[in-house]
Amino acid sequence: MRKDIILHLSALLFLFLLEILGIFSEYHQGNFARILVLAAYGVGYNILFGYTGLLSLGHALFFSAGLYASGLSIYHLDYNIEQSLFLAICISALISLIIGFLALRTIGVSFMIVTLMFSQIAYLSILYFGSITRGDEGFVIQQSSRVFLSMDLSNPKIRYYSALLIFSLCMLINLWIAKSPFGRVLVAIRENSDRALMLGYNVKLYKLFSIIISGTISGLAGACYGILFGYVGASFAAVSYSIFPLLWVLIGGAGTVLGPLIGAIFMFYLIDYASDITDAYMIIVGVALLFVTLFARRGIIGELRFRYYKWIS
Amino acid sequence: MELGPYLLFASLEGLVHAAVLSLIALGLSLVFGVMRIVNVAHGEFFMLGAIITWWVSSFVSGNPAIGFLLALLVVPIIVGMTAVLSDWLILRHLKYDPEATIIATIGILYIIQQFALMTFGPDAKPVEQPFNIRLDLYWFGFSAYKFFVIFSAIILLLAIWLVMSKTKFGLILRATQLDSETAQAFGIPISRVYNIVFGLGAAIAAVGAVLIVPIQQAHYLMGGEPLLLAFIVVIIGGLGSLKGTVAAAILIGMSDGIISVFFSPNIAKILATLLVVVVLIIKPNGLFGTTKT
Repeated sequence: MRKDIILHLSALLFLFLLEILGIFSEYHQGNFARILVLAAYGVGYNILFGYTGLLSLGHALFFSAGLYASGLSIYHLDYNIEQSLFLAICISALISLIIGFLALRTIGVSFMIVTLMFSQIAYLSILYFGSITRGDEGFVIQQSSRVFLSMDLSNPKIRYYSALLIFSLCMLINLWIAKSPFGRVLVAIRENSDRALMLGYNVKLYKLFSIIISGTISGLAGACYGILFGYVGASFAAVSYSIFPLLWVLIGGAGTVLGPLIGAIFMFYLIDYASDITDAYMIIVGVALLFVTLFARRGIIGELRFRYYKWIS
Repeated sequence: MELGPYLLFASLEGLVHAAVLSLIALGLSLVFGVMRIVNVAHGEFFMLGAIITWWVSSFVSGNPAIGFLLALLVVPIIVGMTAVLSDWLILRHLKYDPEATIIATIGILYIIQQFALMTFGPDAKPVEQPFNIRLDLYWFGFSAYKFFVIFSAIILLLAIWLVMSKTKFGLILRATQLDSETAQAFGIPISRVYNIVFGLGAAIAAVGAVLIVPIQQAHYLMGGEPLLLAFIVVIIGGLGSLKGTVAAAILIGMSDGIISVFFSPNIAKILATLLVVVVLIIKPNGLFGTTKT
């Protein structure tokens, strides 16, 4: 138990030291800031998929809900960062509640299809209301409005620390859930939902809570992504942004706290290198998906936990 | 044009949509019904059919009808074989676990799509209509080829229904759908049936692609939209119910076509999804669905 907490805190400390000792080149510093925010998104996804066992193919809906809630409120209504973040959290929680309520009327494969469908519709709606959202082209959040507590968030150093802060927050929430009785019930539902029901747990309510937590964290990550990197566009609502977190979680290990981070680092750099070689770099994603389902079902951290370190959360 | 004829025009366009959509959705539903898996790469098999059709027709010079007939013969076979191969190489090894297969078919989706981008290129390419006759319908002219599309889809749907209900092959499929373990106990080679059905589902979608491509152009991203509509159709019709699939495909295809003519294609899809929401609230298993999935 204590080893476990030390491991996760030292991982965060390591990410902090990488920056403070100036080990990063500017290029990798920017990449890692992105990876950390995306990994926070992965953490949100993992709570639903890894712990509760519900496979969603539509999390881009929650990510873009946060992204657009904060982005649009800054762009059109001149909200400051605090207000826009608060709005983004409220809106993504509300949308997760509605989508969860509807999607949980189905189970199994229907659940996966329905989530995919809803997120596709959100994507089409963003394109349809192009006069407000600027559609495919997207819009830029001006540097002057990206100031939080008089810190300029577009400064690479501050941006990295902010990204690390967001990731740490999400990761610690995840760790806390994994250790809490609530998290144990989620895992019980994943392993055998009928038995969990028999033991008297309100399975549907737990699943709904799980969707709300997962969707809200994803929305928060989306909002931070827009604010830290200053761009909001429809491509973040497309199918591929629902598939990415699934892939990160699968590669890193479903139901592990550090899995999404490991998976996100791995995929980010893989795609980064591949896109230098070919336009069709998404083929990497396809091959990776096949590889993990065929040969590495537990993912990296999952495999380590299974073979050597049973105590890893 | 007045409203009446305009509505007629929109309905005819809607029927063309519905015809092709019912083929695509039927392929998806057949695979789900028999194998209990969702093929997310289904739209890409459709796209593959379209770009191979372009390929075939650009190889055959002279009368475009020859290229079209050749495509109608060759394309479903090539696409079907691709699907059979991917089942044999990948899905078989996952033991058709619902979650793993859905993830693997997403992988197949990206591989086919990006392969098309590498070979076919990022541009949309047109295919000439096999015959270019315009029927004069008093208020407006309507392409005779579009009537041909509707007609062929009806013929094909009837053929599939006949095969499913009257032949021994259909009996084997229905037995596998009903209870695969018992079917295996009666000597039905389940894994071969699965292999064939997966190919068949993709081939049916490919026929739809051959039919639509002279109207719509081939493009490497064209698989996404029909996949979304086919999902809407199978959810409304009830997963695995072939009758429900066709009924829902006509409903969704018609309304999609009509609304697209009057308003915008995106609003049509948004409305169709709202319909899904209503269906999910009233009847979570779909209008015709009986089995819990």
